[in-house]
Parts: sequence; structure tokens; C-alpha cells
Amino acid sequence: MISADTTLKHYFVNHEQQFDAAKLGMWLFLVTEVLLFAGMFVAYAVYRAWHPEVFLQASELLDWRLGALNTIVLLASSFTVALSIHFVQKGENRKVLVLLLLTLLCAAIFMVVKYFEYTDKFSHGIVLGAGFDPHGIIDGKDYSKYNVPYAAQFFSIYFVMTGIHGVHVLVGMGIFGWLATRVARGHFSPQWYTPVELTGLYWHLVDIIWIFLFPLLYLI
Amino acid sequence: MSDTSHNYLNAKKGLWSWLTTTDHKRIGILYAIACGAFFLLGGILATFVRTELGAPGETILGQDEYNQVFTLHGVVMVFLVIIPAIPGILGNFVLPLQVGANDVAFPRLNLASWYLFMAGALMAVCGWLFVGKVDTGWTFYTPYSSGASNAVLWLTSAVFVAGFASIFTGLNFIVTVHKMRAPGMTWNRLPLFTWAIYATAIVQVLATPVIGITMVLLFLEKLLHIGIFDPALGGDPVLFQHFFWFYSHPAVYIMILPAMGIISDLMGTFSRQHVSGYTFIALSSVAIAFLGFLVWGHHMFVSGQSALSSIIFSMLTFLIGIPTGIKVFNWVATMYKGSVWLKTPMLYALMFLFLFTIGGLTGIMVGVLAVDVHLHDTYFVVAHFHYVMMGGALIGLIGGLHYWWPKMTGRMYNEKAGVIAAILVFIGFNLTFFTQFFLGSKGMPRRYHDYSEFLETFPEFAALNMTSTIGSYILGVGLVMILIYALYSLVRGPRATANPWGACTLEWTHTETVPDEHNFHDTPLVTRGPYDYHLADDVFGPKKES
Repeated sequence: MISADTTLKHYFVNHEQQFDAAKLGMWLFLVTEVLLFAGMFVAYAVYRAWHPEVFLQASELLDWRLGALNTIVLLASSFTVALSIHFVQKGENRKVLVLLLLTLLCAAIFMVVKYFEYTDKFSHGIVLGAGFDPHGIIDGKDYSKYNVPYAAQFFSIYFVMTGIHGVHVLVGMGIFGWLATRVARGHFSPQWYTPVELTGLYWHLVDIIWIFLFPLLYLI
Repeated sequence: MSDTSHNYLNAKKGLWSWLTTTDHKRIGILYAIACGAFFLLGGILATFVRTELGAPGETILGQDEYNQVFTLHGVVMVFLVIIPAIPGILGNFVLPLQVGANDVAFPRLNLASWYLFMAGALMAVCGWLFVGKVDTGWTFYTPYSSGASNAVLWLTSAVFVAGFASIFTGLNFIVTVHKMRAPGMTWNRLPLFTWAIYATAIVQVLATPVIGITMVLLFLEKLLHIGIFDPALGGDPVLFQHFFWFYSHPAVYIMILPAMGIISDLMGTFSRQHVSGYTFIALSSVAIAFLGFLVWGHHMFVSGQSALSSIIFSMLTFLIGIPTGIKVFNWVATMYKGSVWLKTPMLYALMFLFLFTIGGLTGIMVGVLAVDVHLHDTYFVVAHFHYVMMGGALIGLIGGLHYWWPKMTGRMYNEKAGVIAAILVFIGFNLTFFTQFFLGSKGMPRRYHDYSEFLETFPEFAALNMTSTIGSYILGVGLVMILIYALYSLVRGPRATANPWGACTLEWTHTETVPDEHNFHDTPLVTRGPYDYHLADDVFGPKKES
């Protein structure tokens, strides 16, 4: 295990200052993430206010059961990542490793479900942009009936928002994988576990954004 | 440079040591070189624009080339010069020194942000050279931009990437100011430059993500036709304008606030007096940062937004005049009964005061609804924002560079040359842009390459445009002169003394003339305010005369 002193950068006075600085930096980064998504939420609100009936109708094409499944999966992953921070503070690194891998697994399940949702939509002509042309019958729904003005806008917003959210999930998976290898190599201790804490913060934000996306896109 | 002392410039050698440095001072120098090159490019483009307009009819540029040239001038100057320059160069170099820190909070992120900035610049230039010319203006308004050349894709990506550089810089500064101040460096003892950079950083962190997502949506609109902004597909072009100005108006304060910080420091140092209304100046920076988020709609009075929102935006715009006025009056009061020392940096501070006040007051004029409808898209607006961005932000930057030049390089520049260049810049600038107030109020539209058809009604357009163009050449000569004596100073300039201006802030009192790699030999213990000149005897030794 690396001793605490080698993890202290020379331009910080002590670990407390370094940890506080890192945490404040992460919180500020999360603020920028919120504002990035805020632009898309505004676009959603504007077009929904203008064409509420189209948005209501188009949202029927999204399978709320898959959305709900993904919500549960992400909530579970937030729980496991919170537990991993708890255990890294207590120095129980085996549990940390298991919990981080569980988080990674949840994120992977989320992306697999998303993959099936996307490909299902693509195969019935629901795509991002100019090629939008819904067709075919699924679950007793005639998709061609949904080829109405502004339905394309709904799906543009759906693909852009969930797409950028998905990119964040993928980035999170990469970080969890990297963290897991560092835990396995014994890099973290109760004295120094900043990357685990910061990744946890990031992951909760990714989770929270989905918690807003799910009802706005799938349910209402 | 062959200094005998050990300092940040000679601590490590070779190009590689510069390109991999995490030293905030070296990163500041990297920004200085990059922004300097882009400023030269933007300036050359401006000269093309003014030359075309010097005489009626088509002279050196056709209408398409003209549109492309002023677009590139705008994009380069806004995104690659004015926004990054002061935080990137002086913020990086000076802020950690002023708060008594050994570096910024995240040095590697700091270097990464320079590389992101350069990547953005490279994308813009590559798009321009190899993909196609953009003629949308720097604002990329849809639907024109979503139908224009594919180079728009490159330029929007460039803005997106360079935006992250700005975010990371701002994030670094906020954390540095909050967490890394030296013992005794309370908030009430922060130099006003640091306060201004802090307020700027808040705007950078909060506003820049919005231009990021706007550029992503515009990119997808252009590439895939997603119908968010393109009215032909059911999208709303005014929504694009809202998104764009939600960033780009606060961005105006990213440009001007750091310059205001420089002026505050210069006023204190060169009046040898405590800066009047210290707390008010500090908090007015924060107030401007906050109010700056509420006024973006004043760019859109003629866009078709609702009359009610126009009225509200107009009223909020007037509010910005209050914190700005607080600063201007306090700067004037700082000089009152001070010992004003007219060295080159102070000349620029006075120039700022004069030019920025004109720019600010004309800003109030175009914030008036009825007046704006008349002046919108005329040269009046062009003159107004050049008075603020060039007369304010860039003059502040030049003043700051002169002030901190000895600290950064260890050399002095030729004071006489500095004064002559400052006079040339002042005369050239006013000839160039004051004439444009007349042109604009008579109705000369911006973004036209030719005005010969107006000459029948307004024969004075010819003389005014000619004057403006001659002024721009004088301005150009002044700026090139600065470049020449700065480069000369690097090689032949006399060595700077420890504190050539007798300044009171930590970077002058507690570091070597060229700072050590790790800034301070011992962590400074701060026991006084940043402009406590009444303590000068204690700090610098007794006066020589008495």
C-alpha cells in the first residue's frame, strides 16, 4: 500500500486542503454538467409547451417498462457506489472492489438495455434527424400513425439527451474499470481515497439526470 | 536568457520542458505566445476589412471574401484572443502569486486546458484551410449557419473544444482562490485583480457549458437535420439566438471583468494610494457576473421575441450600469489626491477609463428599446462593442502586460517607446471607431463590403470611412511597435529591479523579480491589505527624500 505522504502534492499544505480542493473542483464540474443538460431540458420544455399533444403521443412509442428497468438498475448502482465509498473509508478494500465491479455491471446492463431500445427504434424508421420515418407494427401499435409533424422533434430531443447521457454512462464505466484495477493494486486507503469519492459524486449526477429524463421522456 | 539566479524560466530547459510544464507561470507564457499569434492574425484580418471599406466600391475584397474575412476576424478575436487572453496569460501567471499559493489547485488540468485551447484553434484553422470558408459572422445564426458550408462543423467543434479550456481554467481559479490562499490572506485582503478573475471564473464555469450544448445541437442540426433550430424542419431559430446569447452575453463579462481587475491594480499602484471603495469594487465584479446572466435578450430586440421580454431585458440592462459606474467612479476617486505616476501601464489605465466609459455609455444607449431598433445592425453597434472589447478588454490586457512584464521576463522595456506607442494606439483607436458612431447613427449597416449606393444620400460616408481606415493603420502601427519593443526587451532590455513600480501585492513584495519555480521560498504570512500604501515606509524602507 502506498503511504499517504506520496499522495500529497507539493503545492498543498496538507491532505485536508488537497481533499477539499479536489471535492470543490468536482462539485464545480458537476455544475457545468447540470448546465450542459439544462440547455437540452430547455429545448425539451419549449417544444413540449408548443406541441404538448404531439409529445404525449410520441412518448407512447418509448417502452416505459424498459425505462423503469433502467431506472432501477441505475438507482442500484448509485447505492453500490455509495457503499464502496463507505467501505474505502473503513479500509475494507475487498468489499470496495466487489462493489465497484457491481456498479460497473449495473452500468453495463443499462447500456445493453439502451442498445436494444435504440436498435428497435432504428429498425422502425425512428432515427435522429432527416431520415425520420416511423413504420411497422409493434405491440399492436401502428408506428406509421406516429408520423406526424413535430414527432421528429420529440425523438431528436430523445436521442440527443439520452445519447449524451449514455456517453456519460460509458465514461463512468471506463472510470469504474480503472478504479477497480487501482483498488486491486491497493492504491487506496482510509487516508487517501479521493478518486473513489469524486467518481461517486459524478456517478450520482449521471443517475440524477436519468431520474429526470425517465419521466419526462417515457411517462408524460 | 542567461540569468544567474535560479528561476522558473531557467529551472528546466528545452522545448519539451515547456510543452509538458505544469507550472502556472510557464502555462501563462504559453497562452501569451498563442494569444499573441492569434491577435496578430485577427489584426491582419481587421486591416483587410478596413482597407476594403476605405474607399467606396469594391477595392481589395469581393463581397464573399469580405464576409469570410470579417467572420474569421470575429471568431479569432472573440474565441481565441479576448476570452482566453487575460485569464489565460495574466490570470495564470499572477493569480496564484497574488494569493500566496505555490500553484493553481489542479496544475495538470491547467496544462490540459491549454492543449484543449490549441486543439480548438487548430480545428478552426484546419476547417478554414481545408474544408471551406465560413461567412456566417461569429454568431452562427440559424438557419443561415445550418445551410452554410461544411466548415461550420469544424468551427462549431472548435468553439466546443475551446469552451472546455475556458471552463477548466475558471474551475481551477475558483478552487485556487477558495482553498489555496496563504495564511492571513483573507477575502478582504485579496487584490482586486484576483477578485475580478474570480468573478470571471464564475461566469466561465456557469455560462460556457451552455454554448457547448448549443454548438453540439447546431452541429447535429447541420449534419443530421434534427429540426431543433431549422425552421424548415419545424425548429426555432430564435431559440438558437437565446441559447447563443445566454452564453455570449455573459462572455462579454468574461472579456471585460479581468480587464477591470487589471485597471483596479494599476490605479492603486500608480496613484500610490489605497484603492477607493475596495469592497465596492470587489463586490461589483460579482454583481456584474450575476447580472450578466439576466440580460442576454437585449441582443434580440428585433428578433421577434415578445415585447414584454424585450422591456424586461432592457430594464435589466440598465442595472448593469450601476456596478460598472461604481467601478469607474472609484477608479477616478483613487487618483484623487494620489501621487499619480504616468508610466506606460498607467497611460493604458487612463486610456481604459476614457474608452471604456464611452463604450459603456453607448451600451446603455443601445439598451434603450426604441433607440436600438434604429441602431441595430449599424456601425453604431460595431463602434460600441469595439470600444468595450478593444478599448476596454484589450487595452486593459496591454496595460497589464506592461505592468507585469518585469515580473514575467525579468527585463524592462523602453519607456519612451512605450509612451509613443500608447499615444499612437489612443489616436488610432479613436479615429477608427469614433467615426463609426457617426456612420452608424446615420444608418450605415454593418457587414456590408460596399457603401457606394448610400453615397447619394450620405456623401459624408466616404470621408468618415476613409478616416476610420487611416485610424486603423495608425492603431496597427502602434500595436506593431509594442510587439517590436517587447521582443527587443526580451533580448536587450535592462534587468528589472525587485519591485520597479513599488507595488504592494504579494507577487511584487514576496517573490524574486523572476519568480522561483515554486514561487515563494517560504509561505508568506499576510498581515496587511493589498493596497496599504500608508504602510509604505514599513514595507519598503523609509522614504529617500525626507
